[in-house]
Amino acid sequence: MHFTSFLEDGRLTIALTGEIDHHCAKAYIQVIAAKIEAYMPDVCILDFRDVTFVDSSGIAVVINALRNMTQIEGKLLLTGISSQPMKVFRASGIDKLVEMKEAVL
Amino acid sequence: MKFQNYMILEFPSRSANEGFARSAVACFAAQMDPTLEELGDIRTAVSEAVTNCIVHAYPAGLGIITVRCRILKDHTLDIVIKDKGVGIPDVEQARRPSYTTGGSERSGMGFTIMESFMTDLDVSSAPGKGTTVHMRRKLQRKQ
Repeated sequence: MHFTSFLEDGRLTIALTGEIDHHCAKAYIQVIAAKIEAYMPDVCILDFRDVTFVDSSGIAVVINALRNMTQIEGKLLLTGISSQPMKVFRASGIDKLVEMKEAVL
Repeated sequence: MKFQNYMILEFPSRSANEGFARSAVACFAAQMDPTLEELGDIRTAVSEAVTNCIVHAYPAGLGIITVRCRILKDHTLDIVIKDKGVGIPDVEQARRPSYTTGGSERSGMGFTIMESFMTDLDVSSAPGKGTTVHMRRKLQRKQ
């Protein structure tokens, strides 16, 4: 699994891709944790623009990323979220814990 | 016949089959001319139910998961996802939001999402015999 990421002014952007389900959630969790640990950013931005599907495993990915960022007193932000993932996040209430921006159509 | 069309899928409880199962059900549902949102809801609910079987039903190894879909006459998609695994001792507890026995990789939101994305959800389970998730989604009729 390969994710593009870049660091600019303490802001780490990680571009996620594909379908986030239980089959691959563990890999997403580990990659995000490793990048946060390596770069120690003030803000971590998970870019969802190329994520085509999310189920409740995706919620666990976000919760784990939030935990990683809280530990280093940083902030987590999700951007580019399309309608299916957004509906899952809203159904779980996690949109109230993490700042989320929907994809601009 | 009370239904117009049906399909049955059977596969082992490998996590690689989660994507296959939700895509297969979505392909079958496509003949009902669903909206994109309806299709997304169906894929999500199927993914949750199949993942539950894969994560919880067969802790000792692989087992069989069966998915049956029927198109009912009132433009409703009827989906049954069944395993013959360990069963759920307390279904009410398992359906509670954030309840999970799956550790930090799981969110405990599976049943909550199935409930909010489908029109009806019924879970029956017996310890040692397996679990059956029966869900229905009534689709809009396009004009």
